[in-house]
Amino acid sequence: MNDFLQALHDLPFVRLSLIVGLLASVAFGMTGAYVVVRRISYLAGAISHCVLGGIGAGLYLERVLGWTWCGPMTGAVVAALAAAIIVGLVSLRAGQREDTVIGAIWVLGMATGLLFLQKTPGFVDPMSYLFGDITLVSHTDLWLVGGLDLLVGGAVWRFFPQFLAICFDEEFARLRGIRVEVYYLLLLCLTALTIVLLVKILGILMVIALLTLPAATANLLARKLWHLMALSVVLCAVFTCGGLACAYVYDLYSGPVIILMAGAVYLLALLVQKFKPVRLESSEQ
Amino acid sequence: MDTSNLPTSPSILLENVSFGYGRVPVLENVSLSIQERGLVCFVGPNGGGKTTLLKLILGLLKPESGLVRLFGCPPAESRHRVGYVPQHARYDPLFPATVEEIVQMGCLGKPSESLRSRGAHQIVHEALDEVELSDLAHRPFSDLSGGQRQRVLIARALASQPELLILDEPTSNVDQRAENRLYETLLRLNARMTILLVSHDLGFVSNIVQSVVCVNRRVVHHPTSAITGEMIQEIYGATDLLMVRHDHICSDKGHQHE
Repeated sequence: MNDFLQALHDLPFVRLSLIVGLLASVAFGMTGAYVVVRRISYLAGAISHCVLGGIGAGLYLERVLGWTWCGPMTGAVVAALAAAIIVGLVSLRAGQREDTVIGAIWVLGMATGLLFLQKTPGFVDPMSYLFGDITLVSHTDLWLVGGLDLLVGGAVWRFFPQFLAICFDEEFARLRGIRVEVYYLLLLCLTALTIVLLVKILGILMVIALLTLPAATANLLARKLWHLMALSVVLCAVFTCGGLACAYVYDLYSGPVIILMAGAVYLLALLVQKFKPVRLESSEQ
Repeated sequence: MDTSNLPTSPSILLENVSFGYGRVPVLENVSLSIQERGLVCFVGPNGGGKTTLLKLILGLLKPESGLVRLFGCPPAESRHRVGYVPQHARYDPLFPATVEEIVQMGCLGKPSESLRSRGAHQIVHEALDEVELSDLAHRPFSDLSGGQRQRVLIARALASQPELLILDEPTSNVDQRAENRLYETLLRLNARMTILLVSHDLGFVSNIVQSVVCVNRRVVHHPTSAITGEMIQEIYGATDLLMVRHDHICSDKGHQHE
């Protein structure tokens, strides 16, 4: 552990990845809370896999067609937002075939991305996109993640009651005159932006885990949504720091270490919950 | 002009409404009128169209033909005047929210009032008083019993200050004591609002409602006093349990109000 503290002091890139990781925890904890209580982790999964399609298309357009304003990041943002709106509309309208359609979007996005990457000249390693690498973050990422925190935090602050109402009971919210579709798609777009920025840290395949596991763990303890959010922000930060330190000290990939920690703590918390004496139902008053 | 002799306008009016999912007809040629301050129950077998009828009244579904009016307007324009109480069992038992937060949701959709305002706070606490849950305001929803959860949902509907209260299967998943308590609350509320219940259980309807709307693709509206065994048989086929519970349907109250 001392090695890690020393590295934090000596190596700027380690320091930077830690700061980005901690900042990212804020956006992750907040959007993750909604993904868990609204039970849309499957939708978030589809969005994150579509990000690869955007990255591939962005790279291809940049290198083959010479569209210099385009790039993997632009492609990823466009693809994530488009995927968020499409899966959102599907889940609002498709009815009972929802999961099949979302599953199709999930793999289509990924397949498109892999083909674009194959046809992009110069070797592009899909691995870095699939698994991410927090040690590759730049100062630009620092600003982007900070901006994302402000955006997500602002939206949550402004629309907290509306988001709570559509997560708890969409039908009742609609009867109260809330534009359920608009808030639902807004929530999904915030989730999509969070996913894009965090793909760099954790990769497409694992981003979903850090979105859902800390919030699901927090859900076992918290009784109010904002408690759940705060707790999952803290858990995210702990897993990111712990994972980074572990990865540095034992020379491991940071992404999988972070996810293993998050997963282990969640399963442990579930076990504790299971064997804890059952909370007595409060009596009728 | 003296308006006291004019009939009150119906809270709910349906004229020749038909609806189907795809090619399957669910409701055919339904005409129905429910008066202001009525206390009415929709009964009928599962799959008979009760929920569809509710959704048509609330404007969540559009009729294939016919006319639906809620307080004399198209439902989408006037449904904010309805308090809707869904079945409590369909909620996520782990959802992180307190009783107070859930009742607050009833105040949503009033653009002029912020949920954090004092007015909204007062409305929420009056609604909780009405269902006798004030002392549980800060408890998590997940800690409550079935009967208590149902009362939270009634309070949420009351917080929207409705003129019509609709309860979907209010007696499912609650015990006898909670059911009795529900009767009392509904009778008290009926003094100031129209109440519409949906139930597959005719026994519940018995003591408090003034009329029963039997829904099984077609719709027949009866005052409670006029219900006969043959009618029940026609609606349900022979179902012994309901036939037995049907015996106490013809209450004095049913006669009085019709």
